[in-house]
Amino acid sequence: MKEIPVEAGLLLAGILFMLGLISVLVRRNIIYMLISVEIMLNAAGLAFIVAGARWAQPDGQVMFIFILTMAAAEVSVGLALILQIYHQLKTLDSDAANKMKG
Amino acid sequence: MHISFYIAAVVAVVATIMVITSYNMIHALLYLVVSFLAIAIVFFVLGAPFIAALEIIVYAGAIVVLIIFAIMMLNLRQESVEQERQWLTKEILIGPAVLAVILLGELVYIVSVSHVSTDVVKRVIDSKAVGMALYGPYVIGVELSGILLMAGIVGAYHLGRQRKKVVHRFLERSEE
Repeated sequence: MKEIPVEAGLLLAGILFMLGLISVLVRRNIIYMLISVEIMLNAAGLAFIVAGARWAQPDGQVMFIFILTMAAAEVSVGLALILQIYHQLKTLDSDAANKMKG
Repeated sequence: MHISFYIAAVVAVVATIMVITSYNMIHALLYLVVSFLAIAIVFFVLGAPFIAALEIIVYAGAIVVLIIFAIMMLNLRQESVEQERQWLTKEILIGPAVLAVILLGELVYIVSVSHVSTDVVKRVIDSKAVGMALYGPYVIGVELSGILLMAGIVGAYHLGRQRKKVVHRFLERSEE
């Protein structure tokens, strides 16, 4: 049976990261930008898993757990910021929050 | 086993494309769940079953549900879908997409030219090995993650709190 080449895993991680990057560049809605950041973090974790499977070491999985922790903390703080922006400005447009008026 | 890797990879890419091109936010999040489940299958095939379970529990189970709850609190209506349709047009999409595809092409070229890599080693790394590594040489990372989560909880509470508005006849504008 043929084995999985490590290039295929890295290519999948690269494609997913590219899709997240395009979305975070294109979108104006801040919730979509937060979702895109999640996609990019997940793709980075996938690259770690592929590298860890290549050398059969658990270090890649450990790094994925750290990325997971950071993503969870980031999404909670980000959603709190989004709720606060929506209450202040009554819109989800990220261009509306360009005045530093407090 | 390796054919399931490619099927799951195609499903993940298609679901992610549906996420970044859909106008309805709930539909995008449901496609995101599909994408995370497909990536969990990829992890399982690559010999990381513990991480596959964590991907489903934390990403598809906790993070997406948290975003859905936040969207429900915002109480968005059909107008937001129409507004999203106005914001995301073809001519906005085309420039960053072309540049990102160029960068991806460079990445593919670099990976394909360098002939250092071989196949993925077929060995399942179970949760015991991950736990031994996590609480052995990486224990400082676990402690730092605890500090990060603490800061996240305090920050989310502080930011998400509703300011109590003091209504007074003369002092109402004094906050500014």
